[in-house]
Order: sequence, then C-alpha cells, then structure tokens
Amino acid sequence: MKTNDVILKTGTKVVSFMIFLFSIHIFFAGHYTPGGGFVGGLLASSAIVLLLLAFDIKTVKKILPVNYITITAAGIIISILTASAAVFFNKSFFTHFFDYFHLPLLGKTSLHTATLFDLGVYLVVVGVTMTIIQTIGEDE
Amino acid sequence: MSPVFLIFVPMLAAILVPFLFKKIKNMHTGWFVLAIPLALFIVYASFVPVTMKGEFIVSELQWIPSLGINFISYIDGLSLLFSLLITGIGSLVVLYSIYYLDKNRESLHNFYVFLLMFMTAMLGVVQSENLIALYLFWELTSISSFLLIGYWFTRDRSRFGALKSMLITVFGGLLMLGGFILLGIMGHTFSIRELIGQTPELASNPLFILALVLVLFGAFTKSAQFPFYIWLPDAMEAPTPVSAYLHSATMVKAGLYLVARLTPIFAVSSTWIWLVTGIGLFTLFWGSLFAAKQKDLKAILAFSTVSQLGLIMSLLGAGSIAYHVDNAANSVFKFAAFAAIFHLINHATFKGSLFMIAGIVDHETGTRDIRKLGGLMSIMPVSFTIALIGSFSMAGLPPFNGFLSKEMFLTAILALSDFNLFSFDGLGSLFIVFAWVASVFTFVYSFYFLFHTFAGKHKPEELPKQAHEAPFGMLLPAGILGLFVIMIFFIPNVVGNAFIKPAVAAIQPFLYQTPSDIDITISAWHGFNTEFFMTVGIFLLGGLLFWTLEKWRKAYDLVPNSLNSLYDGMRYMSETGANRFSNWYMTGYIRTYLIYIFTFLIAAVTGTLLLKNAFVIDFESVSSISIYTIIVIVILIAATTAILFARSRLTAIISLGAVGFSVALLFVIFKAPDLALTQLVIETVSVALFLLAFYHLPEISRNEVRMRFRLRNALIAFGVGVTVTLVALASFAQKAFPSISEFYKETVETEAGGGNIVNVILVDYRGFDTLFEITVLAIAGIGIYGMIKLRLSRKENKLENK
Repeated sequence: MKTNDVILKTGTKVVSFMIFLFSIHIFFAGHYTPGGGFVGGLLASSAIVLLLLAFDIKTVKKILPVNYITITAAGIIISILTASAAVFFNKSFFTHFFDYFHLPLLGKTSLHTATLFDLGVYLVVVGVTMTIIQTIGEDE
Repeated sequence: MSPVFLIFVPMLAAILVPFLFKKIKNMHTGWFVLAIPLALFIVYASFVPVTMKGEFIVSELQWIPSLGINFISYIDGLSLLFSLLITGIGSLVVLYSIYYLDKNRESLHNFYVFLLMFMTAMLGVVQSENLIALYLFWELTSISSFLLIGYWFTRDRSRFGALKSMLITVFGGLLMLGGFILLGIMGHTFSIRELIGQTPELASNPLFILALVLVLFGAFTKSAQFPFYIWLPDAMEAPTPVSAYLHSATMVKAGLYLVARLTPIFAVSSTWIWLVTGIGLFTLFWGSLFAAKQKDLKAILAFSTVSQLGLIMSLLGAGSIAYHVDNAANSVFKFAAFAAIFHLINHATFKGSLFMIAGIVDHETGTRDIRKLGGLMSIMPVSFTIALIGSFSMAGLPPFNGFLSKEMFLTAILALSDFNLFSFDGLGSLFIVFAWVASVFTFVYSFYFLFHTFAGKHKPEELPKQAHEAPFGMLLPAGILGLFVIMIFFIPNVVGNAFIKPAVAAIQPFLYQTPSDIDITISAWHGFNTEFFMTVGIFLLGGLLFWTLEKWRKAYDLVPNSLNSLYDGMRYMSETGANRFSNWYMTGYIRTYLIYIFTFLIAAVTGTLLLKNAFVIDFESVSSISIYTIIVIVILIAATTAILFARSRLTAIISLGAVGFSVALLFVIFKAPDLALTQLVIETVSVALFLLAFYHLPEISRNEVRMRFRLRNALIAFGVGVTVTLVALASFAQKAFPSISEFYKETVETEAGGGNIVNVILVDYRGFDTLFEITVLAIAGIGIYGMIKLRLSRKENKLENK
C-alpha cells in the first residue's frame, strides 16, 4: 500500500530547507549562544530524516547523492587536522587560535579555529546519524 | 640531520610505497625502496671512524620526558655494527627481492611497507638507549615480522607460522618489559648508560636476579634459544628474501644484541653466565642435531640458524666471565666476546647468502625438497659456487671466515673447562663435549645442504620446473655476501679493527678504555694445539657421518617432537577454553548484557558509597520547586509507567518519546537551553529511527516472560534508581572543592573568545573528549553499517547459490 501524502510532501519541501538553514545558523551561533556542531549536525540530519519520511530512501538518495561514511571520515580528518595544526606552530596539541577581524558586510567578526573543529563534529554527527538511519532503513 | 631521525626514515618512506606501486606500473617498486637502506648504510658507514676511536654519538627526541622515557639514539661500536648489518644486508635483500617477487602477481606495496617498518623497528632496537623505547621497537619487530612471515596470508602454514612466531616472541617480550621495569625501579632510570654506572648497587638488590631472568626470557625467545626455538623453523614460511633478512641477519640477532648490550649490567651475576652459556651451548647442540634431519632446504637453514645463534649466545656468556677472573684467565674470556661478535658478522654473511641460494633453487626448480633435488652443479654453476662458499664457511673450513670464528669458539670453550668457576666442577668438560658434537653435526648438515642439492644425480622428472641458472640480479646479492665470506678470511684484522673491537669495547666497557686497548689479532694458523686437533677430529668424524648419512637417518624418528606438540596443545586449550568461557556469558541477548551492566553499576557505586560512608544528604541549599517542575515530573512518571504496561511496542516507543521530551522540558526549566535543544533533536531523530527499525524488531511478547525474570528485572531497576538518586543527593551535598564553573565563567571570554560555556567546553577546554567522542561515534556508525551490509551481502550470496 502506497499512500500519497500531498500535504506532508509539500510541507517537507519547505520545512526541510528551513531546518537546514536553522542548523547552519545554530552551528555558527554556537560559540556565543546555545548551539554548536552537535546540535547543528543533529538538526541537519533531522531535516534529512524528514525527507526520508515524506519521500522514500531512493528518492532522497537521488536528491542527496552523498556517501555518509565519507562525510564521517572527512569530519574526523578535519577535527584531527585542526587539533594538530597547533603542533606546527610549536604550541601544544589542541591549542586554538582566535582573533577579531573587520570583514565586509559582517563588520567586526571573530574568527576562531574552534569553528573548524566544530565543523568536523558537525560532519561526523550528520554522517553517523545518516549512515545508521539509512542502512537500517534500506535493510529489508 | 640528527641520527635519531635516521631510525624513522624507512618508516616514513613506507608511506610513499603504496602510491609508487599504484602509479608506476612498469618499474618494480623495489628499485625505489632499495635507495633507502643503501643511503642509510652509507650514512652509518660514515660514523665508523668515530666509533673506532671509542667515541659515541648521542641524539635525543623527547617522548615522555616527565617519566624519563625518550627516544635516544646511542651509536657506539655495538649499535653501529648492528645498524650496518641491518641496512647493508637490508639493501642486498631488497635487491634480491626485486627478482624474487613478481611485480605483477605479488602485492608488493604490502611487502615493502612491512619490510621498511621492520627496518625502522630493528634500527630502533639496536640504537635505543632508553629501555622503554627499546621495548617499543622490540615489539614492533615482532609485529612487523608477523606481517612479513604471514605475507602469503592465503596459505595456512604462513598464518600458522606468523602467529606462532608472534605469540612466542611477544610472550618473551612482555616478560622482558617486566625485567626492564624492575631495572627502572631499582636504578630510578631507564637509561642503559646510567644503569651500567650503578652496577654494584643493582647487583645487591634482591630484585636483580628476577630482572635478569625476565630480560633473558625476552632475549631467548627472540633469538630462538632452546626451548623457544620452535617458532623459527615455522617462520620459514615467509618469502625467502624475508627469511634471509629476518632469520639470518636481523631479527633473531636482536636477542643477541640485547644480551651483549646488557652484559655490563648483568655480568656480575653468576646466574647470568650459566644461563647464557648453558642455554646457548645446548641450543647449539640441539639445533645442529635437528638440522641434518630436515628435508626442506630452508628448514635445514632455519635449524642451522638456531644452532649458530646458540653458539654466539654461549660465547657472549663466556665473555661475561671476564668480569670475574683476573690476569691470564681474563684475556681468554675477553677473547670470547671478541669471538662472539666476529662469528655474528660471519654468520650474517654466510647465512644470508645461503638463504638466498635456497631461494634461488626454489625459484628456479620449483621445489625446496632436498630429496627431489640433486645434480644441479652443472646446471647452476654460479649458485653452486656461492653455496659452496657459504656451506664451507658454515662447516668451519678454511679459507672461509667461519673457520676463524669457530677456532676462536673452541678456544673459548676449552678455557671454560680449565677454570672451575663458581664451583661447577665437571660441568665445564660437559660443555666441551656438547660443543664438539655440535660442531661435528654442523659439518654434517653443511655438507648435506650443499651436496644433496648440487651433487649427485639430477632428477628432472621430479622437479616442477625445468632447472636453469638464476638471473644475474638474484645471484648478485648472494655473490656479494659470498665475496665477503672470503674477504673476511684474508683480511680479518681490518674487520676486527673497524667493527669488532669497537663493539667489544661497548660490551666490556669496564675492561677497555678505548677499542685500541684490545690486543687481539686474528690469525688463520695458530699452531698444533688442542683446537687444531679438535678441528681435525670434527672434519674426520663429520666426513664419516656425512658419508653414512642415510644409514642412521632412522635414528631421528626416535626423537619425539614434544615441544611443538606442547605448543599446539597449549594453543588448542586456550582457544577452546576462551571460547567456552565467552559462550557462557555472551548469550546474544541485549537484556542479559544490560543485567550485567546494571548489576555492576549498583555493586560498584553503592559499594563505594557504603565503604566511604558518603550518605550525606543536605537539603539546605536545594532550590525551590516550581509548579512547572512538578507537572513535568508527573508527566515523566506517567510516561515511564506507561512503557512498563504498554501492550504493543508502538505505544512503548511513543511513551519513551514522551519521557525524552519531558526531560528536555526539565532542561528548559532549569535553564540549560543547550541541553534542551540537543535533547529535543535527539529525541525526534531517535523516535524516527525506532519507527524505521520497527519492522525488524523481534516479536517478543512481554507477557510470556517468566515471573522470576520480571522480579529480577524489577529489583535491578529499583536498585539502579536508588543508586542514581543517592549519588545525585550525595554529590549535591558535598562540596569539597569550589565549583569549576566559576573558572569557566571568568575565562571563557578572555581565553577562548567565546560566549557559550557549554560549546566552548566542548570544542576547546575539553576538546580531547569531543575528539574521541566523535571517533567513537564514527566507529559505532561504521560498525552498524558493516554489520547490516555484511548480513545483506551474505544473504545475496546464499540466494545466488540456490
């Protein structure tokens, strides 16, 4: 039996984008207000999960042709590289650097290597969650 | 470049090997690899003038300075000699392997990565001045040799041999680590030089003998001494270049190196001398006896290696006696250490070339079975010549280098019996018998190896391949080693001055100030003395026994192979025992495991609370409870109770979701927006996951569960609840230290440039935690992926087979 949930599908198309954007916002805001890589990643995966529920795995795979294991690996590599970058500047492992810059459009902005580390966390969370959900979902 | 970095050069080069193998198809990867040992050899050779003066080169790389554990490369005569052997024979082996291993059929990238890793490990063992660093490299040799021996991993025998060698050498290595740690406790340092400086104090320590025995376990297992030699013959399953490298030149010599290096520390003990000399001599005897029994070319060589290692070991033991005697006797035993190093060099040259010849014969005829071989002399004249040089040297015939060191060996053993040391009367003469009989058999198996392969009748119908001479590239490395065998005979004192004397000075630092103090000259002719007549006797009896080899072959069948069956039996027992044990507690049901986990939690936590009398409950500083809290908690309890009594799984899942969302609400009430946000999303995603997996969950009706089981579960659940509550109350009431949150509040802006403490803790203050957490997450994800995908593909295979 295949039901055709027009309302769900149409709603999902809009809502999942909003969740995606919100997840990115939460990710960047994380350092000053609630949020960060973990929550951001989870939100992004929840957006994909919503897509999975509304459509089906094959369609979502067509829309997002990504290998989630690669994303997981990329995340870990980004995190480790960020952490070990300090070693090359003769600082101990995991030393972060930050400073404030004046950027066009954004004004005074703080740039922080912790964001890169958090990006790794974000990617790992998305990768792992989606790997698990997709493999279990595909398993007949 | 600091010499300590040279150790890691092969390992770093290994990273490039797979790329070279993938990208460059028309050239053998070995040619690139060859450059590394060759370059290192040249660099190390440039250090020879330094060590000849008795000086040394030290360079350091910090590792764990707070514990006194660092990579310190200490290059003196002894370590330089070994480094030269490792890189020199390493170069020849790589050259040989280029012709031995086919670039199209073999997975060369694996091979050379393992080989280079092994090279780093060996260089590290011989150059480490720190015992813990030495141990690290020591075990790395075990691991990399495991990979090399098991290189043809599709063969059962290869895997068996690799595992056996690793189990035995790692077993010894762990005991050795114990010995090292005892030394560290006694001397308050892991530095070998500092330990040598404290010899008298160490020797009076009651732990000294224990440390000594433990260290010897490591050396004996690695150098394949009796009764641990059983791994070496099985390790010949490795490709021949590896055998030539590991089992003639390098890995097995690590044990000898260790004994030589630690001689200044341990030689004061008579236990050391009798263990090293006794075990060495017995191994020499035992190995030589078994070598003539073998039918496989490499097996003959493997047992011969066992035997020769025993010889060097016994000489090192005899050399230690020099610490105990004076005057004339002293010089004889100084001589023993000299002979040990001399024979070590000689053995590396002739055994290396013989292993290569065995590989050539195998490669060109397709078999290593000596019964099928014969008459190859006219077909493979060059190989025959090299084999003749190697075998005659092994047998101790002039004009080859083995003759010189064997004469010195006989002198040292004769001296052993002359001095009735440590009141072991009569044992000395037994040593002579053992040494002499072993030399006779050495003669027999050397001739057996040579003549049964190359002389006699050629049997082309028995050979899988048409025999022909090997390519030049394969003969070259073996030929170079053969050339050394002859060269060393004619110019022994050049080798003696350049390599042996600096090494001996490192073994016996209390006896010599500089290498030039050692007044030993090697001469091929030393008069009509006892040694000479013993040698003549060896040739006569050995010749006779070789002549009648077939007649007494049956006598070997009487010797039981009990050591190997002991090993097999122990492995079988431990495997079945472990299986039975894990089957007993691994039931395959998550609920059983949850019972283990929760029972342990109750026992450990409440146990600690009871023992430490930590039941301090204080309601003084508890904040007031608002009406919202009560409402949420009522919902929470209701939802939890609903799970317990839910008839269908769907209801249970939804109730569980309700529990999660109410916890999120609690976080909101208690002003933890971060946690609330995460909890909300997690709850959403996990409910979705549950629904996805819903279809697959096994159909277990909870009503069928027996009453007793339910009672037990209730008890455990109650226990966990009480424990957690107690811990929460106790931890709230006790404030031994000021809360760390103040620190975070103060520094979050200045130190980390952030505003959100939770996030800053995650990515900055406790970044390590997060890094490992995401790693664990990734492993779990890949694990689930693997389990499900693997099961799927197996199902597909089954369907296809039907």
